[in-house]
Amino acid sequence: MPDSLIQADSLLAVNIGSAVTRAVFFDVVEGEYRLVASASAPSTTEAPFYDVSEGVRNAINNLQTVTGRTLLNADHRLITPLQPDGSGVDAFVATISAGPALKTALVGLLDDVSLGSALRLAEMTYTRVVDSAGLNDHRLSDQKIDTLLRLLPDVVIITGGTDGGASRSVHKMLEPVGLAGYLLPQEKRPAVLFAGNQKLDDEVKELLGNVTSSLRFSPNVRPSLETEDLEPAARELVGIFLEIRQRQLKGLDVIANWADGNILPTAYALNRMVRFLGQVYPGHKGLLSVDIGASAAVVAASFGQTSTLSVYPQFGLGENLPALLQYTTLEDVLRWSPLDVSNDVLRDYIYQKALYPSSIPATKEEQAIAQAITRQALYLAVQTAGRNFPRSVRTPRPGLLPGFEPILAGGNALDDAPTPGQSLLLLLDAVQPTGLTTIILDKNDLLPLLGAAAKRNSILPVQVLESGAFQSLGTVVSVTASAVYGSLVARVRMVYDDGHEAQAEIKYGSIEILPLANGQSAKLTLQPTHGTDVGFGPGRGGMVRVSGGAMGVVIDGRGRPLVLPGDPVRRRELIKKWLWTVGG
Amino acid sequence: MLAPVLHILPLTTISRERVLPINGQVNVRLNQKVSPADVIAEASWAREHVLLDVGRTLGLPPNAADKLIRCKVGDGIPAGAVLATRRGLMPRMVKAPRDGKVVVMGGGQVLMEVGETHMELRAGIPGSVIQVIPERGAVIQTAGALVQGVWGNGRMGTGIMVNLADKPDSVLTPGRLDVSLRGMVIIAGQCRDADTLQAAADLPVRGLILSSLSPALLPLAREMRYPILLTDGFGSIPMNSAAYRLLTTNVKREATLNTENFDRYSGTRPEVIIPLPVSSEPAPPQDKVEFAVDQTVRLRRQPASGMIGTITAVHVEPTTLPSGLRAPAADVKLENGEQALVPLINLEVVG
Repeated sequence: MPDSLIQADSLLAVNIGSAVTRAVFFDVVEGEYRLVASASAPSTTEAPFYDVSEGVRNAINNLQTVTGRTLLNADHRLITPLQPDGSGVDAFVATISAGPALKTALVGLLDDVSLGSALRLAEMTYTRVVDSAGLNDHRLSDQKIDTLLRLLPDVVIITGGTDGGASRSVHKMLEPVGLAGYLLPQEKRPAVLFAGNQKLDDEVKELLGNVTSSLRFSPNVRPSLETEDLEPAARELVGIFLEIRQRQLKGLDVIANWADGNILPTAYALNRMVRFLGQVYPGHKGLLSVDIGASAAVVAASFGQTSTLSVYPQFGLGENLPALLQYTTLEDVLRWSPLDVSNDVLRDYIYQKALYPSSIPATKEEQAIAQAITRQALYLAVQTAGRNFPRSVRTPRPGLLPGFEPILAGGNALDDAPTPGQSLLLLLDAVQPTGLTTIILDKNDLLPLLGAAAKRNSILPVQVLESGAFQSLGTVVSVTASAVYGSLVARVRMVYDDGHEAQAEIKYGSIEILPLANGQSAKLTLQPTHGTDVGFGPGRGGMVRVSGGAMGVVIDGRGRPLVLPGDPVRRRELIKKWLWTVGG
Repeated sequence: MLAPVLHILPLTTISRERVLPINGQVNVRLNQKVSPADVIAEASWAREHVLLDVGRTLGLPPNAADKLIRCKVGDGIPAGAVLATRRGLMPRMVKAPRDGKVVVMGGGQVLMEVGETHMELRAGIPGSVIQVIPERGAVIQTAGALVQGVWGNGRMGTGIMVNLADKPDSVLTPGRLDVSLRGMVIIAGQCRDADTLQAAADLPVRGLILSSLSPALLPLAREMRYPILLTDGFGSIPMNSAAYRLLTTNVKREATLNTENFDRYSGTRPEVIIPLPVSSEPAPPQDKVEFAVDQTVRLRRQPASGMIGTITAVHVEPTTLPSGLRAPAADVKLENGEQALVPLINLEVVG
């Protein structure tokens, strides 16, 4: 890349999570943008700090220590732009996932049409749906008013009516929202996003304009019955999210000011990057990103021109953790544990962790419990998000994930695992990929930060992505087969670039690793047995060029879906064996 | 690194804002002395609303219906009162279904609020009013002992403290709750069964200070009409020795339990306040401190959940923990004599 194409701006990016605030510094090194350094500090949204900017300053302070650069002045304000003495930074962007999920009420017409779109729209950011009202809702208007007054939603998303279609029914649905808003004191009124029949915009403005904390309009999410377009409404929802967060979280206005408005919800910024990658690196497979932290589990997928984003605060590992038990059982969580842990111990752990969302496991037993919870929460998130994937995307079998290349993984629960092998095994168990895929770990939460930076500097994300700032865990071959434990499902042969070879026989229920260091590549030949799918179709083999990573080439012969033995003793032994295989 | 602080203080100045959730009338003035049961503010509010579609009932368009409506916004309406009548051979009328007040009118509809409830806000603690918040409440200041907890069921109560926890890891059973404890605030250990919570309700007690509670009992604990405070968390956690010592040395004194939820964003925590006589105003609690050697800390999680210890070394650089994770940590000498390496994020300073 010639120097002239580079804007030569240094950039500081900060991600404010529920538990951790991370600051990352990018600059031009030898003519290309590079990740220079990353540092983190505990987030300070909560008592006794009550000021997100303190955590940001602490993270930047730690970054100053690492880089030796001065970024904050004596008053702890960000120095921008870059000064002649070398202090400061040219640009600053931020992303935020911290804070409670926004209480959201949905209003629409048909459950499967406009209300379905409203739900998918709500799931594109950190929301908790507290009420849903449509034509099939038989509550009276006054009951709907009382529900809104009791639940005090932060946001009401109104959809319904195709463009030029139904207007009377939508009008009727607006009435309880307007009356509830009128009855509420100003500081408790919800923000409203109207994303329905555009012909009603003026009427909505007249009815709700004075009784909401903020009223925004977007193009119809269902311009016709067959078409769904969530992206414009999602952009408006981002605006509402940030307005509410700035009211809720002291100090965020300071950070937004530093960022000159370049601040985004973390999940939204991450999805921007996933879509970008899907377009820059097109292939016959989709691209998947999973992220799990204290705030939420986020699943973003790109399939060429189509993408989906699903944000699940109910599967977050922080204060919402007890809500996980509304979606799963204690037994289903404990099936992932290599240690014998009782239901009571797990339940106590979940509730105690919710009291202190930032706390971390200090003992081996707590680490085993934490990883079991992460597996189950991420498994549920991926399964739920999979329902939003386009129907045209092919899967090896019904209920399995389609093939992805690559799978990007982030979030403290994955980044902070003691070994790369533990991160990889956790991902294989929870995501259960199919076929051939590369698994990449985003250890510095770069993906959302690059997504936030992209608007300000379009070259930076591309160059940082290609600079090796992400950690490749390796290439994974996931076997789909109907077989008995221990039976042969595939033979693999790998020829390294220096000519030497490695071979393995893959038995059903086992994991095999062929070493291949980061930066190296090799030719991998796969010969599955009859009916076994290793990514080329049932019974079909083939040869592919594969790249190395921290774990090399991993052949997961445990089958899809992964079925664990019912006998707890045997199951725990097997999990320990798999853990040992990936390096403990 | 800044440390969160858990207040367990034998004598401090405590200021608490007490406000109504909606606007109302404030009954106290600046510098007024109040006792816990004094009503410092009150308000009326309606729990429900009734939307009457006058136009549809009378078979008229909205504008025509509006002209026939006899009430106006703000009118108090008794049940059965006629709100609108359409004359003719077959007269039709709209009546108020319940006692209530008209809050919105127009478009041929009348919205009434019904089921008015009177809300009284009590002082909760004895002390002086140091600030009046117009239409909402007041800030009250007192001096005394303060013990913060980690969970509360959202209620408030005042009574004489009685100790049923012979040691910090005692388990409260229904058999310990006899009639002599009626109207008392009870210091107990762990609670593991529903019968115990129900037995306390049957007496009734004025409050229950527990070290820990089985999470399965949370729905029942939330339903109890008396305040319940947990000092240490969920499961089978003994009461931390700092809270146990302070509470048990104040037995037979009057204590107020304010068991509002632990809200990380506002900083409200469930707490026990034990008012004490003082000759001069003691220092207020300190909210911001840095982790340092010789500090008394409480462990929030395993390996010794709830236990008190003393920091012997602080490792600001990430250190490998027994779990395999790496994080800034401290060497903590636990009160049982053992030494533990604990991530700083799992510690809170007691003070």
